[in-house]
Amino acid sequence: MRKTTNQKAWWLVVPVLLLVAFNAFIPLMTVVNYSVQETFGNNAFFWEGVTWFEKVLRSERFHDSLLRQLLFTGMIISIEVPLGIAVALSMPRKGPWVSVCLVLMALPLLIPWNVVGAMWNIFALPDIGLLGYSLNSMGFDYNFTQQPVSAWMTTVVMDVWHWTSLVVLLCYAGLCSIPDAYYQAAHIDGASRWAVFRYIQLPKMKRVLTIAILLRFMDSFMIYTEPFVLTGGGPGNTTTFLSIDLVKIALGQFDLGPAAAMSLIYFLVVLLICWVFYTVMMRNEEQ
Amino acid sequence: MSRIEFKDVRHAYPPPSGQAPIYALKEISQVWEDGGAYALLGPSGCGKTTLLNIISGLLTPSEGSILFDGRDVTRQPTAARHIAQVFQFPVVYDTMTVFDNLAFPLRNRGMPEARATERVTEIAEMLDLSDRLHQRAAGLTADGKQKISLGRGLVREEVNAILFDEPLTVIDPHLKWQLRSKLKELHQQIGVTMIYVTHDQVEALTFADQVVVMYDGGVVQVGTPVELFNRPKHTFVGYFIGSPGMNVLPCKLENGQPVFANNLLSSGYPADADLSGKLEIGIRPEFVRFGDDGIPVEIQKVEDLGRYQVVTVKHEAEQIKMLVGEDQAIPSESPMIQFDPENLHIYCDDWVVEIRNA
Repeated sequence: MRKTTNQKAWWLVVPVLLLVAFNAFIPLMTVVNYSVQETFGNNAFFWEGVTWFEKVLRSERFHDSLLRQLLFTGMIISIEVPLGIAVALSMPRKGPWVSVCLVLMALPLLIPWNVVGAMWNIFALPDIGLLGYSLNSMGFDYNFTQQPVSAWMTTVVMDVWHWTSLVVLLCYAGLCSIPDAYYQAAHIDGASRWAVFRYIQLPKMKRVLTIAILLRFMDSFMIYTEPFVLTGGGPGNTTTFLSIDLVKIALGQFDLGPAAAMSLIYFLVVLLICWVFYTVMMRNEEQ
Repeated sequence: MSRIEFKDVRHAYPPPSGQAPIYALKEISQVWEDGGAYALLGPSGCGKTTLLNIISGLLTPSEGSILFDGRDVTRQPTAARHIAQVFQFPVVYDTMTVFDNLAFPLRNRGMPEARATERVTEIAEMLDLSDRLHQRAAGLTADGKQKISLGRGLVREEVNAILFDEPLTVIDPHLKWQLRSKLKELHQQIGVTMIYVTHDQVEALTFADQVVVMYDGGVVQVGTPVELFNRPKHTFVGYFIGSPGMNVLPCKLENGQPVFANNLLSSGYPADADLSGKLEIGIRPEFVRFGDDGIPVEIQKVEDLGRYQVVTVKHEAEQIKMLVGEDQAIPSESPMIQFDPENLHIYCDDWVVEIRNA
């Protein structure tokens, strides 16, 4: 059979190329462009090479934000994942309560980020907020606008409130996919509740948990709106996470070069951690 | 190992409120001997899985009791009954090795590790799993996994019975036969009571000493494969067992004797028997043959299956299937068929009518 050559088919790829170009490639390249040059406005650019990268990597401010960011992400993942699994395990597998639970779980996920921030801000205000006022009247000295520890606690609890549901729903889906025969077999084999969890439920949830952790890592590592509305990065700089810091540098100080360099480093950190995590999880799978 | 006894066991799943319960399992009273190989045979939805779950204790019957060696276990949980079960889809603990899988039930019961190792090695040997003991169980093929499921039951010495719930469903056809012979061999070797649920008559008839045929929630006949073939007690048994199944044809009563197509079929029926219900005759295709006189039929279809041919003939509205040997000729003009009176059964309302011993 003779093969016909028709290069016109390439035109079909054009929409995708355009989409990717405007959506990802051109913005990214603009950032790369800024990160290696200095500008004083009027579209006049001066070549700076890797100066901004060196500056950012050496700056104590960046180190602090990164450290805060890692601490925050570590905290919320280590709370949300076990809590999510626990809630998913205790949810009913069938009956009328299933849909009630699912709707309740999905509710926080539907609330816009800035609304969540504003809600918790008012909720936690020490003088008029329900949470803040109650804590204070119970004798706790709580003021998230002034105390770093209170601010951190409030931010972490807010994130747990907002996002644990995601872990719950993913785990629940994983749990529902386990056939009854597994539980019956475990029952017959005399397995304890813990053994059922350890050898049946956890292995079957592994894939969804990998996804849940990845999503929670990426989202929390890039968190901006909620802490910005809640604490504005304060008191002082104690809740200034990477993205808040980045916005301060880029839009507050208008240091486009360092901000662009920081964006790229930020991006590479996210990419690197995700890649390492995913590779390790998948390698375990193969063994 | 033990004898399993059912006393008036019935089960209904909870009905929607306000409705009368529908029994998924109708009243059963049976005694299954220790060390027997039993098969529960029946179509989907006939209640065989319900019965199996009642034996294993995953389900408590709504009425009646079940006894192991005379001990009432109706309300005992699964773990206390010392039952092993192999499911339709292989259940293995993915993250464990084959060895750990087999040792799991023993470790859960606190058996010393040395004794468990010994036991696992022994069972793995029987199941031909010895060379794969230290592989991850997830990496095995379906038949390997099914062997692990079985092995987890076999390692436990105190096991009363091993239940199989259509265990060959996901196994490749050429391995099915192998695994089935392995089961049979193990049964002879160990002598533990085995109960095998299936809807495949070949599996049931080759595996079991006693086949329990179930239909519409009830047990219709218990017997050896030969009994089920020669004397089906219920039209369903005749139809379900055998390939093709038994011909079931309506018949009339004349002078107290059954007649089909103006042929007196037999005269051995008790005149005093109550034959007032729906009357039918049952004759297996193996026992229908062409003859010089008999019932006139027209030939509809001849299927050549190699060693024999399945001939479908028609008398008025009734289709009759018959098996004809490969070497036998099929008459071309005005064929007549005869029924072997020895192997003819009369059914009244689907249940067989006993012949009086002449």
